[in-house]
Amino acid sequence: MALFGLALLLSAGLVVFALLYDVTDSFLEGQAGQAAAAELEGLEAHHRRGGLPKLRQVLEDRMVTGHPIAGVYLLSGPDGARVAGNLPAWPDAVPDAEGRLFFQADAAKTGTEGPPPGTQPVLAFTRTLLDGHRLLVGAWLGERRQFRNRIVETLFWGFIVIAGMSAAGGLAIRRNVTRRLETINRTTRQIIDGQLHARIPHSPGGDELDRLAANLNDMLDKIERLMNGLRHLSDDIAHDLRTPLNRLRGQLEMVAIEMREDDPVREAVQDAIQEADRLLEMFGALLSIAKAEAGYQRMPLTDVALSPVVWRVVELYEPVAEEKSMALSVRIDRPFVVRGQEQLLAQALANLVDNAVKHTPEGGGILVAVAPSQDEPGTGELIVADSGPGIPPEDRKRVLGRFIRLDRSRSTPGNGLGLALVDAVVRLHGARLVMEDNGPGLRVRLCFPILAIHDVGSVTVD
Amino acid sequence: MKILVIEDDPKATALMLKGLKDQGHDADHAPDGKSGLSQAMSGQYDVLIVDRMLPFMDGMAVIMALRALGVDTPALILSALGSLEDRLHGLRNGGDDYLTKPCSLGELIARVELLGRRRSSQKAETSLKVGDLEMDLLARKVKRAGRAIELHPREFKLLEYLMRNAGSVVTRTMLLENVWEFHFDPQTNVIEVHIARLRQKIDRDFGSPLIHTVRGAGYCLRA
Repeated sequence: MALFGLALLLSAGLVVFALLYDVTDSFLEGQAGQAAAAELEGLEAHHRRGGLPKLRQVLEDRMVTGHPIAGVYLLSGPDGARVAGNLPAWPDAVPDAEGRLFFQADAAKTGTEGPPPGTQPVLAFTRTLLDGHRLLVGAWLGERRQFRNRIVETLFWGFIVIAGMSAAGGLAIRRNVTRRLETINRTTRQIIDGQLHARIPHSPGGDELDRLAANLNDMLDKIERLMNGLRHLSDDIAHDLRTPLNRLRGQLEMVAIEMREDDPVREAVQDAIQEADRLLEMFGALLSIAKAEAGYQRMPLTDVALSPVVWRVVELYEPVAEEKSMALSVRIDRPFVVRGQEQLLAQALANLVDNAVKHTPEGGGILVAVAPSQDEPGTGELIVADSGPGIPPEDRKRVLGRFIRLDRSRSTPGNGLGLALVDAVVRLHGARLVMEDNGPGLRVRLCFPILAIHDVGSVTVD
Repeated sequence: MKILVIEDDPKATALMLKGLKDQGHDADHAPDGKSGLSQAMSGQYDVLIVDRMLPFMDGMAVIMALRALGVDTPALILSALGSLEDRLHGLRNGGDDYLTKPCSLGELIARVELLGRRRSSQKAETSLKVGDLEMDLLARKVKRAGRAIELHPREFKLLEYLMRNAGSVVTRTMLLENVWEFHFDPQTNVIEVHIARLRQKIDRDFGSPLIHTVRGAGYCLRA
């Protein structure tokens, strides 16, 4: 972009330069030509009035001063022999379409003092007089050309200086703009990473970039206010809706305590308590999802090594899997560390293992693996693979929504919020969720940006 | 046990007071932060139940003021704010336990009783004993009626927690938090299966069971 600008500037300069050269050149030549043509006109008039003697007289007079009006004169007879003037012989040059004659003449031999010594260019006009004599009047171009060359030289250096200064100025401006855009980029990156309070530094009342920064900051203030509002709203929901629900549960509990062991209603009350528990649980799950989606603001992030989390979750589910005669195995190839929130990661993994245990038939197998990604360097994967019925490709996106359950009969327990939480946690950690066919079964891969690899070798345990 | 409930919601308070009194505890009530602080300052209580959002003075401020005054009565923070950060903030600033507000009465009472008991037995032990069940914490060995019992590390931790709190009700949530360090409830009741396994090893071959299920609340280990 900068190179293109510089090239544009240079070519514009060259065009101006060429135009100026041309205009100066033709102006100076025109001036010389006009002077010579006027002199020729005058001399012809002398000849008309006084004949050849008068013309010769005038020419002689012109030569005496050493500063003749035009510079170069020649009067030759009808036979071509020189009659008067300071040019030794008629030049060979052929006149152009405008009757102008360009040739070289030795200034020293003409006896004029104006032009510098040596052979010089001359612009001349000629006329054949009534008596057959031919008259030539010319002007020295040397001096004018020198003048023109000086102008051109001055223009050239001026141009070089301007081009240099523009290039330096352009680079300086560019560097300044790049640096300030980089600041804006850095700040937006911080905000994307969850530091919502970050703002772009700018000077008050500055240029367009300062105004852009100020506008972006205003926008961020507004977003932060909205986010805070949302946070307070969810806190209010937690406080105001869960409290009465919990009170209801408490009252049922009190009723159950007061009842005799064999009271026939006792069973119904216990069921009602369980139903209240399910509602509260669902509410809690929705709030966890909302919190994970709201971003990092309330979550202190730490460096989390994934493999200890895997071990703890697997240990927790191991007896349940054993009850269903399932093999719950762990494979850890090069454990890695991610930046995140340990409890949420554990909960997401627990939800995945929970689903796998629920949907895999008795005698099946579940594998939980931690491994660096095969196709994406710098990415590590947490994989939960089962040998259950799997999820058809067309449903894989849908199951991440809330309250979505593929089991139409709804015979397996669950509230349809497990995978929604996994999805929210994955997004909170800047990770990616991939569902694949495990042939048979489902393989869920969570691809995390790796912070560090703990190279302690591989572990495989059944 | 003498318990002070600092809570502004009258209905929740009534329920807590009734529940505590039914369990044979002596419970007082303060409806706001200021009166709560002045009542708790006397130091006559065994456990404090403190709501976080209170009129005049919030719950955390009450606990911090008490700790600054040298009152070390165990305090259970009750709050609708359930994030890990809020929990850590509460525990770092003088709270002894933290319960997110929609909680069952059983859970609350179990935790309060545990706090009151912990206060009276705060010595470092090298062995635990409940009935004929013995645990050597240094050699990490368990014996019942003189017979050695093999336990996995996690089973050992689970039993250790039950034995340390023998006689008290421990809830599923308490086990998840203290044995597995998970601050969430898994969908499947995995704890039930772990307890069933532990029962196989501890109780099956012996006459009287030690692990008891407390319906709607949790488990209790007692001889």
